[in-house]
Amino acid sequence: MNIFEYNFMRLAFLAVIIITPLLGMLGTMVVHRKMAYFSDALGHSALTGIALGMFFGIQDPSISMLLYGLIFAILLSIISRSALSSSDTVISVFASASTAAGLAILSHGGNFSNYSALLIGDILSISKGQIGWLLVLLVIAVIYWMLMLNKLNAVSINETMARSAGIRVVLTEDIFSLIVAAVVMLSIRWIGILIISALMIIPAASSRNISENMREYNALSVMFALFSGIVGLISSYWTNVATGPMIVIVASAIYFITYLYGRRLKG
Amino acid sequence: MSEENIKKRYHPKKLMAPCGFHCIKIKDLSVSFAGKNVIHDINMHIHCGTISAIIGRNGAGKSTLFRAVLGEVKHTGTVEFRNRENGPVRKMKISYVPQKLNIDRTTPMDVYDLMASYISRVPVFIKSMKTRKKIIEALSLFDAADLIDKSVGALSGGQLQRVLLSLAVMEDPDLMLLDEPVSGVDQNGLELFYHNMAQLRDHFDVAVMIISHDFNYVAKYADKVYLLDQGTIADSGTMDEVRCREAFKKAFSGEET
Repeated sequence: MNIFEYNFMRLAFLAVIIITPLLGMLGTMVVHRKMAYFSDALGHSALTGIALGMFFGIQDPSISMLLYGLIFAILLSIISRSALSSSDTVISVFASASTAAGLAILSHGGNFSNYSALLIGDILSISKGQIGWLLVLLVIAVIYWMLMLNKLNAVSINETMARSAGIRVVLTEDIFSLIVAAVVMLSIRWIGILIISALMIIPAASSRNISENMREYNALSVMFALFSGIVGLISSYWTNVATGPMIVIVASAIYFITYLYGRRLKG
Repeated sequence: MSEENIKKRYHPKKLMAPCGFHCIKIKDLSVSFAGKNVIHDINMHIHCGTISAIIGRNGAGKSTLFRAVLGEVKHTGTVEFRNRENGPVRKMKISYVPQKLNIDRTTPMDVYDLMASYISRVPVFIKSMKTRKKIIEALSLFDAADLIDKSVGALSGGQLQRVLLSLAVMEDPDLMLLDEPVSGVDQNGLELFYHNMAQLRDHFDVAVMIISHDFNYVAKYADKVYLLDQGTIADSGTMDEVRCREAFKKAFSGEET
């Protein structure tokens, strides 16, 4: 039996080959810049986005999550730039508060179970229009990568040096945060809150285990992510398990293999 | 850096001794955080072809002075650059060489990636032979061309300094700001570092400002020393002059020198 007989499987497959390489690519710089906390916080705050969307009567949860994510990202970067305590702490307090507010609103009247699907996501329910959104994001992210990856990397290496080389530090960083926020928010319904951050971090971390320069780092991370996505989707179909967790299981297996291999390689 | 390397790269016309007329005037420079003065009333006059060393205890405001000159922190007062005596004020190119980078042993980045990120528009995930050639040229000035494919995290302190100097020179700066490396560089490395500085001074139209901790090297290489104490310049002159005077003893009292 061919698994692509079903329309929903074809759409899910399309979604996977857009989302996973996108996360793999962005993940390289998220890991590089130690922003794991940031993507985690974003994921958790998605519930708040939905809650606020309902509150203001926005029908499409994707739109309310996206808007909330973008605002959240900018607020976080403003706060961590001016913060007196370390940004890890600030982000975690901020995210917890936001998640709690979201949970409080959504659980009002005992209806939270309606939203529990968000925790693990459901890629099989994605529609053509929503794939279109993802495609737009992919194009934006690739353009950013072509034009600004060097600058972002320069800022990550040393901010003062980047500034003296004429790079606009704040602009470079903020656009990156916004792209990450948009990707996380628009992928969450398909991949799941509990899993989205893992999927952004693990392929990049695996690639880091064995690569020695930025070319290898980028290429391997994208390939690991794509491979995990495809294998995860197909195996979830045969085992009747949710797709998101399956993808992360495959990605984690790759991580352990590269970890062992990398220890032999790099000593 | 050797004379031979310099001549190989630069056309003889460009390679003349610095004219000495490029001048950077720092006037009444002050920075305050939360109402408290970190540095105040700093006046300096720096010419191309000279090395000016900034010395002072920890917390005297050395780094803040650099950040103010770079325009990274809010300040009052002015930093003016002229490329001939009494000429018009011009925009100045500053290269900054930090002590260390946010890179650890596991960061997948080689020297090419590091340098290309600052000087090239071709994204680092695409290999550009043109950029590579430019980088090799700059690295060979400091006998570091063989480092291009080395992982940045695996470089020794001295090697990293040479890479960073190559990068700084690539931008043809009018002013170079350097933080003397304090860790990971041995005595030979430090000697080489200052020797390279002197070569830069003698062969390029560039003014060098360096935060220094080693007074013996400062005495040997710096043309002028500025002593920073409690946020302002307490004394200036040659190292041997400054060393004997009261302000120096006061600034470093209670600290082994």
